[in-house]
This record gives sequence, C-alpha cells and structure tokens, in this order.
Amino acid sequence: MKKKLWLVVLIGLALGALSFAPLPLSLSQPSERTITIHARSYEYHPAVIRVNPGDTITFRLISEDVVHGIYIDGYDLSLEADPGQTSELVFTADRRGSFRLRCSVTCGALHPFMIGKLEVGPSQLFWRAALLGGFVSMAVLLISGLKREDP
Amino acid sequence: MNRTEKLVSTEEIRTPPSPNGRKTVPAAILKDPDSHLLQSGAGTASSRQRFNLLSLPLLRRLLTSRWPQLALTLLALAGFVLAILSGLVGTPVGSRSFAIIFVWIAWWALLMLVAVPFLGRAWCSVCPIPMPGEYLQRGAVLGPVEGKTGYGLGWRWPKALRNIWLQNAAFALVAVFSTVILTQPRLTSIILLVFLFAAIGASLLFERRAFCRYLCPVGGFIGLYSQFAPLEVRVIDSNVCAGHAEKTCYTGSQSGYGCPWQVFPLGLVKNTYCGMCMECLRTCPHENIAINLRAFGDDLSRTQHRRLDEVYKAFIMLGSALLYSAVLLGPWGALKAAAYSVLSLPWLAYAAVFLVVVLAVLPGIFLLAVWLGHRLARSTMRLKKAYTSLAYCLVPLGLAFWMAFSLSFVFANFSYLWRIISDPFGWGWNLFGTAGAAWQPYLMSYVPYAQAAILIAGLAWAGKTAKRTAEEALSSRPASLQAAPVVAFCLAITTGMLFLLVA
Repeated sequence: MKKKLWLVVLIGLALGALSFAPLPLSLSQPSERTITIHARSYEYHPAVIRVNPGDTITFRLISEDVVHGIYIDGYDLSLEADPGQTSELVFTADRRGSFRLRCSVTCGALHPFMIGKLEVGPSQLFWRAALLGGFVSMAVLLISGLKREDP
Repeated sequence: MNRTEKLVSTEEIRTPPSPNGRKTVPAAILKDPDSHLLQSGAGTASSRQRFNLLSLPLLRRLLTSRWPQLALTLLALAGFVLAILSGLVGTPVGSRSFAIIFVWIAWWALLMLVAVPFLGRAWCSVCPIPMPGEYLQRGAVLGPVEGKTGYGLGWRWPKALRNIWLQNAAFALVAVFSTVILTQPRLTSIILLVFLFAAIGASLLFERRAFCRYLCPVGGFIGLYSQFAPLEVRVIDSNVCAGHAEKTCYTGSQSGYGCPWQVFPLGLVKNTYCGMCMECLRTCPHENIAINLRAFGDDLSRTQHRRLDEVYKAFIMLGSALLYSAVLLGPWGALKAAAYSVLSLPWLAYAAVFLVVVLAVLPGIFLLAVWLGHRLARSTMRLKKAYTSLAYCLVPLGLAFWMAFSLSFVFANFSYLWRIISDPFGWGWNLFGTAGAAWQPYLMSYVPYAQAAILIAGLAWAGKTAKRTAEEALSSRPASLQAAPVVAFCLAITTGMLFLLVA
C-alpha cells in the first residue's frame, strides 16, 4: 500500500513537471521578417511558416485565383487579398506555439479546409503532450500491475 | 442450473399474439451471440456502482411516454428535410448551405462531442432516418393499435449478415468520398436520401429495424463507441425475466413494440446494439428495465463477446480520424486536391491508400504488436482471441481521436450556423436578422489544449483497457508484457494524431 502511495505521488509530480516545467527554448534574437504567401486552390505556399518568438512579421498575401484571406488562430488577426493583388499584415509573434492559418473568405468548396501553419518557436504543447502520453502509457502498465499484487 | 440458463435451453417460447405479428421469441434470437443470453446473469447490472434514472418518477414518465420522443424525432425530421431541400435547391456554396452546416457542423458536433460520449446511442432513439419506414412497417405513428397492421414482408435478416461487416463496408465506401460529401450540399442531400430510402426498403422487406442494426454506417460507429458512455439500458432482475413467459420486451404488447433492434434485454451486456428506443420500458409489465448511470467505459471492462467485425469497425474509425486529420486539417494542398477530385487518378491513389491503411496497415501493425506481446508473455491464449480482445482498447482511443478531430473544424466553423439559420437556402433571406453574421472562429486558442487533453485521456483509457484485457488470462507481470506492445502502438498512433492536430 505504501509502495503504491509513493508511486502515485511520483507519478503526480512527474505529470506536473511534464505539464508545466519550462522546456529548453531557442535563444535566437528577435528580428524583422517579411514572408510572402501565395494563396491558390485551397492551399498556401509556403504551407508551414516558422518564425522565432518576438519576431516582427510582415505577411504579404498574394492571391492567385479568387479572393482569399488568412486568419491566424490564437492571434485573432486576419487579412484578405483580391485576385492578383497583394495585402500586408504586420504583427509581432509574441505568442509561442503552433497556430493554424485559415482562409477567412469563402473561396470555394474546400474553403473550410484551406489551412496553413505558423510555428512560433517549437510547439511546446506537442512535445509536452507527447511526453505526457509516453509517461501515461508506462504509468498505466505499472499501476494496474501493482493493484493486482496488492494483498 | 438457474432459471436463466433453463430459459435459453428452451427451443422456442410460446407467447400470446402481439401487435408486431411475431408471436414467439425464436430460439435463434435467444442464442444469438448479440443477445448474450447464454451469459448467466447477463443483462443485469453488475456489482459496480449504478444509479437507475427511472427511480426519478418524472424521468420515468418522460421516457415511458411516446410524446417527448416523438417531438424530438419530428424536430430532427424537420431539420433533416430542410437539409435535403437546401442541398437540392439551395446554394451550392457549402459554407452558406443549411445542408452542410446543419449536418456536418451542428449535428456532427452534437453527436461526437455530446451524444455519443455521454449518452451512447441516445441519438438513435430520435433519429429521423428510420422513422418513415418504421411507421409504414407498424401502420401507426404512436403505440400499437389493436387490429391494425402495417406493410412489409417481415423477413428475418439473413443469418450470414447478422454482423456489422456491411456497416463497415458502407462506412469505408462513404469515407473515400467524404471530402466531396462534406463540402458539396447536393451530395450531402443525396446521401441523406439514400439512407432514407434504404431504411424504408429495409423496413418493408425485413422485420424491425434491419437498416439501423445491420446497414447504417453511422449507427455502426455510434454502437461501437456507445460502450464508453455512462448510460445503459439493462434488466434489473434476471429472475423476473426468466419467470415472465410472454417476453413482451421482445414480442411486444398493447403497450409497445417488441424490441426494434432485435435485442433481448435480458441478454444485454454491452450497449452496442441497444438503440435506447425505450420500447422495452413500455412493454415490461414488471417495471424490470433500468436506465442506469454508470462509470465511463463500463462495457469495456468485460471481455466476453468481442468480435472481429467490431474490431474492424474500430480500425476503420481510428484510421479514418487519422487520415481525415491529415487530409482536411493538414497544410498539404495536394492531398486535399486528390481527395476532392473524385474518380481522377490522384483520387484513385488516395482512395487506395486510404483503404489499405485502414483495412490492412493498421490491423497488420496491431497484429504484430499483439504477436510480440504474446511471445513476451509466453501466453497460451489463441492469437486470434488475444487480437480480438485487445483491439477493444481502440474504442476509447478512437472516440478520443474523433472528438479531437471534430473540435478543430466545429469551433472554427460554428459561426456559419448563425448565417444559415436566417438564410438556409442561400437565397438572400434574413429570417432572424443574422444573415450578415461574419465568420468568426471560436476559442481557437484553447482548442489545441482541449485536443491534447482528450487524446491523452483516450490513450490512458486505451492502455487501461489493454492491460485489463490481458489480465483476464494472465497474471500481472505477463499481462503487462502482453499489453506493452499494444500500448506502444496506441502511443505511436496518438503521437501521430497529436502531431497532426496540435504540432
């Protein structure tokens, strides 16, 4: 019983650490970056954009067929571009993580699934979740084993 | 031998005439593996904690009465008819069509995020698709009417097809066309009409709800995942059933119809095939039916009656959620284009890869995991039995995958609902003053955290189910060894899903 209690405490501490402890982060200096994004046929080029936390970003959106837009999840920012035109959006990448870019203007059948990705530094949520998953898997095997062994 | 065991040895139970026309419980039903009557004590609540909701008099009245159920079904039918009409004569633009937004955003969110995980098959009890066929078959809308018979041949469903392989095939077929179905209103309407006419046809040819039980591709996965729900219909005391010669829960009475789902309530040990239609509640003269609140995933704690067709349903659902997340929610335009360009060469390649992954690759890798665990644990259990049993750990995992997948597009696109409520056909109406509502994603900062939490919870439940399953046949350490590769499989595929949704 004592062994089990210790195990539960250790597992709780490990879960807390995996969820909230700071992860090693990149030490890159913030810079100014201009990224040109081409939008056509339900996709963005580039589809995945990687920037450093703190960067001042200028998105230049060029629509190549119909009216397209970009809405950035988490930042709640958007811009639109008419066909053949260029629109710009300037913002500071002050939130870390991975954020979906969604077309904000109905552009055709697959419009709801026209999605890109903005990565501001490494995705801490993914790595934490993956580590937690690994830990939970081991814990499940271990804990239920001890339960059986208890008199 | 207890009374229940005596009951199943009877070839056929004679009963008085019922409004359903069927006057006996066929021995085949009693011995049907889905009925599980051969399990002594099946159908009754196990020793685990349960609360019978019918002990609340108001709830008993609401559930026994046909009116609340009819009102909800008619409401769903109205939405269903409007969706079909909107798809056929309304705008072809998906995000402005009631057919697309009502079915694939509103209904889907309600189904996958609320109904299935918390209420099991409750949706099936108010689903409008079998309604017209069932009314034709019964010749009545509300309860049985003496001397009144419906239409139809009343054949029994072919024995060889009394499984969910057809539902698996139907889902896989719909799945490869899903990108166009999800985005083209007319196709959504056609699919709904196909379901409707198939249900009517099945009701006129076969007895009871053959469509729901054996054909409906949606019902197949609802049934699988309803095993996780904290709600169940079960018999209170099996001895009462054993002493009840008429078996009105199956044969019907003046108070209600015999089980439309061809399930004998005494035999229920899992939710998969109980449509929660409440007919057994109405027909049991002894008030021996309970609707229990129970722990989540309770059905998964029992390893009896695990079947390969259900296992394949679990693989199809798990693989589909993974592949949909890559195709629909990923940043890869070429994949979307291939999935959308039906019957083109890229689409054929996409469909082939889709089917190979869900029908062969995932089941194959899982088989390797089970085999490896088998060797490590030096288990003497037959590999097929171990495979079938352990694969049920994919039920909570698959449900978590679908919930996480649904969160992405439901919260991103829910605001379209305000527009289509005012203008369901996209004809420029403004019925409620919301036609001009702008698209606005909701809670997208929080959705990835919710997705990660749901996926990890699903993984933990899958691991727990795998370990518990292994412990049925093995002592603790060998059970851990048997389960470990299976848990590793679950971890790998969950990491893949996390990558697609939150990375």
